[in-house]
Amino acid sequence: MEDPNSTPMIEVTGLTKYYGDFPAIEDINFTVGKGEVLGFLGPNGAGKTTAMRILTGFMPPTHGSVKIAGLDVVDDSLEVRKHIGYLPETVPLYTEMSVEDYLAFMGGIRGMDSKWLKRRIDDVIAICRLEEYQNTLIGKLSKGYRQRTGIAQAILHEPDVLIMDEPTVGIDPIQVVETRNLIKGFGGDQTVILSTHILPEVSMVCSRVIIIHEGQVVAIDRPDNLSERLRATEKLEVDIRGPASAVMPAIRNMEGVLEVNRVDRDGVGIYLIETPHGADLRERISNLVHERGWGLLRLQPIQMSLEEIFLRLTDMEPGTK
Amino acid sequence: MKNTTTIAWKEIKIYFVSPMAYIIMAVYSALAAYYFVTSVSGVLPEATIRGFIFPSTLIFTLLSPILTMRLLSEEQKLGTLELLMTSPVRDYEIILGKFIASMASLLSILIPTLYLVLILTWFGSPDMGPILSGYIGLILYGMATLSVGIFASSLSGNQIVAAVLAMGVLLILSIIDLASTYLTGTVADMVMHISLTNHLESFARGVIDTHDIVYYFVFTSFMLFLTIRSLESRRWR
Repeated sequence: MEDPNSTPMIEVTGLTKYYGDFPAIEDINFTVGKGEVLGFLGPNGAGKTTAMRILTGFMPPTHGSVKIAGLDVVDDSLEVRKHIGYLPETVPLYTEMSVEDYLAFMGGIRGMDSKWLKRRIDDVIAICRLEEYQNTLIGKLSKGYRQRTGIAQAILHEPDVLIMDEPTVGIDPIQVVETRNLIKGFGGDQTVILSTHILPEVSMVCSRVIIIHEGQVVAIDRPDNLSERLRATEKLEVDIRGPASAVMPAIRNMEGVLEVNRVDRDGVGIYLIETPHGADLRERISNLVHERGWGLLRLQPIQMSLEEIFLRLTDMEPGTK
Repeated sequence: MKNTTTIAWKEIKIYFVSPMAYIIMAVYSALAAYYFVTSVSGVLPEATIRGFIFPSTLIFTLLSPILTMRLLSEEQKLGTLELLMTSPVRDYEIILGKFIASMASLLSILIPTLYLVLILTWFGSPDMGPILSGYIGLILYGMATLSVGIFASSLSGNQIVAAVLAMGVLLILSIIDLASTYLTGTVADMVMHISLTNHLESFARGVIDTHDIVYYFVFTSFMLFLTIRSLESRRWR
């Protein structure tokens, strides 16, 4: 998965965080190469924010370690923080400051000298298209512009690693597209980690995806591989009234059937039939049921959308991983 | 150090842009003037500022928490604390910056009262010693109250909670010496020493006692230390 030529910018080993007895994340391992855009994907409460907070040095892990640019986030915290640009989930802004003052302050506490800072403020205001609002109080900005200000702050000091927690939540669709394009532009020089629960975003922006569920890594792969892997099969859900002992082998022996699972509900068997991509068995199944004199109650093809892939992975259903 | 001044400067700018700065300035000026006038127009008028030094203890108990309540509470509420704590800034630099900013706001409410001193020199010939020591005492007393306010502000994301908590603590600390009349021996002594107001008395009389200076500095340092600890503890939650 990892490009062998790239040096790992981020190395996460056995990362575990407990809140009291509750494990927020458990034994997470991954590495990210320079210039990669990595997506953290998972439902709310999966542990994405916790993982990011540890990565940024906001809080220490219970076990395990994180190395950024070869430095440990706990032992060399101060040094590591210089390499990181961070956009937390709730965009942290001083509402009574103007965009420009805010950026100047953020640059100041990151130890940027005035010349560099001045140049970068102009740069990020242009990149994030905040020209019209640079002297506006942040409190008066709309959500989308606040988000941009947050991103501007994160990239201000040209960090090697950019960590963004749900950067496109709560802004309008046009701004979402703009933000994604912005993020896509960062890859190359910068290593980006972003979290999201929006699937298409991942395939649009990220070069690699980590799916986290209940604090554990469910899958790490390139987004196209991931969908390929899970889209390779199609599913049919069929309700048949008839003796399971006869129906099961009959279906299993049909050409093109990869796998059959049966659930019983009120004497009716619900069969989940997996077929290769493109094979349509509906007609043949209905014929089969008719020939044998069973009852066909329902026949429904199940489309595997990205959402379902995600759900399937996070449901940890056996045989789907 | 640069980080500290950056943070202090940011707070000072925000404070002096807000109407709060001027309201507090006006309130304190008015109260100080009132106490000053009642003291210099008494039966035996003295050319001193003692008239408003003692009432200031109660006024500071109420004003300091208002000056400091937003310093850390708001950072918690806005989420900017997370940003500060993931920036290459040490925790103590954050607290020190905030503290310096609060000292600036304290000075801003004391400076306007200097016209009272001008009035004294205009109409009489005041002894400048006690006036100077009085102001030093007020600054030290104010510093201690601000440190309590900052600590309270680190405990809650709600500014009102932070302010009320600080007011409560300060009230207890400033009236605790009254309890010494009911106590005897070492306990009474200890209570007298803990009291914030007790240490202000000699300053008002024109005596600068190292003990009192040390008390205020130790008290303030301890409170700021607790604040730094409170900030650090957020990392472990």
